[in-house]
Amino acid sequence: MDNIHPNLSLEFRGQVVIATLTDEKILDEDQLQGLEGSFLPLIEQTPGIQLIINFQNVKFLTSSVLGLLIRISKKVYETEGTLRLCCIGPKILEVFRITRLDKIFDINASVDDAMIGLKK
Amino acid sequence: MAESKNILHKSWKVRSTEQEVKKLACEMLETLRTHDFDEDMIFAVHLSLEEAFVNAIKHGNHEDPQKSIKVECLITPDKFDVSIADEGFGFDPSGVPDPRCNSNLYKCTGRGVLLIQSYMDLVEYNSRGNCIHMVKYRNTAPNPAEPEQKCV
Repeated sequence: MDNIHPNLSLEFRGQVVIATLTDEKILDEDQLQGLEGSFLPLIEQTPGIQLIINFQNVKFLTSSVLGLLIRISKKVYETEGTLRLCCIGPKILEVFRITRLDKIFDINASVDDAMIGLKK
Repeated sequence: MAESKNILHKSWKVRSTEQEVKKLACEMLETLRTHDFDEDMIFAVHLSLEEAFVNAIKHGNHEDPQKSIKVECLITPDKFDVSIADEGFGFDPSGVPDPRCNSNLYKCTGRGVLLIQSYMDLVEYNSRGNCIHMVKYRNTAPNPAEPEQKCV
């Protein structure tokens, strides 16, 4: 866990990893590379990871972030893990809805809702 | 450049880098704020600018910082109007696969054009396909449009 990007905060609740994106805006290539460099090793090092990505701070993102989320989800499923998203504000949720990604991601209103059914 | 109390008309030619276009985006968004455009509109314009600039830098200019991007922006009390041109060969926007189709849903790229079409009121390209013209009017519906889905 040495390579966690400073713009990502991790909380461990039992076997569940809650990754909170701390930036309000995610659009720079450096931010994306930093997040990818944090998430992918974390997932590889934790087979069967139960990962919740918390968007409570995020007010703006671009389609590059959506691409990153898909790469993360593929890596999670490769390791037979579970990925859930939560606390997505209305403007960002609209971006998911327009692109239909609300159909493929498990999106929850709160961290507690996202925890339901996960092994603790 | 033409600038009065209520109108901004400005052109730039900048190097094709993330840092350069970010400055332009900030300037345009700041002008929208001073014109009292609401946050929904600023979000729509910001997202569309980011997507268009990424397309120009990556796909148009192939991430070559020696190449340039030309931007022409008109902001009036009623609308935001911008053209962004790169030095690429251009592309056919009608040939871009619809990312909402089941076969494309898990692809990591290809959503920028759809988002621009959804959030802006007018989107058009020059015949070569290397210049996008986008307009957002002040008094349009707050919710983004949903372009017709094109799945084979």
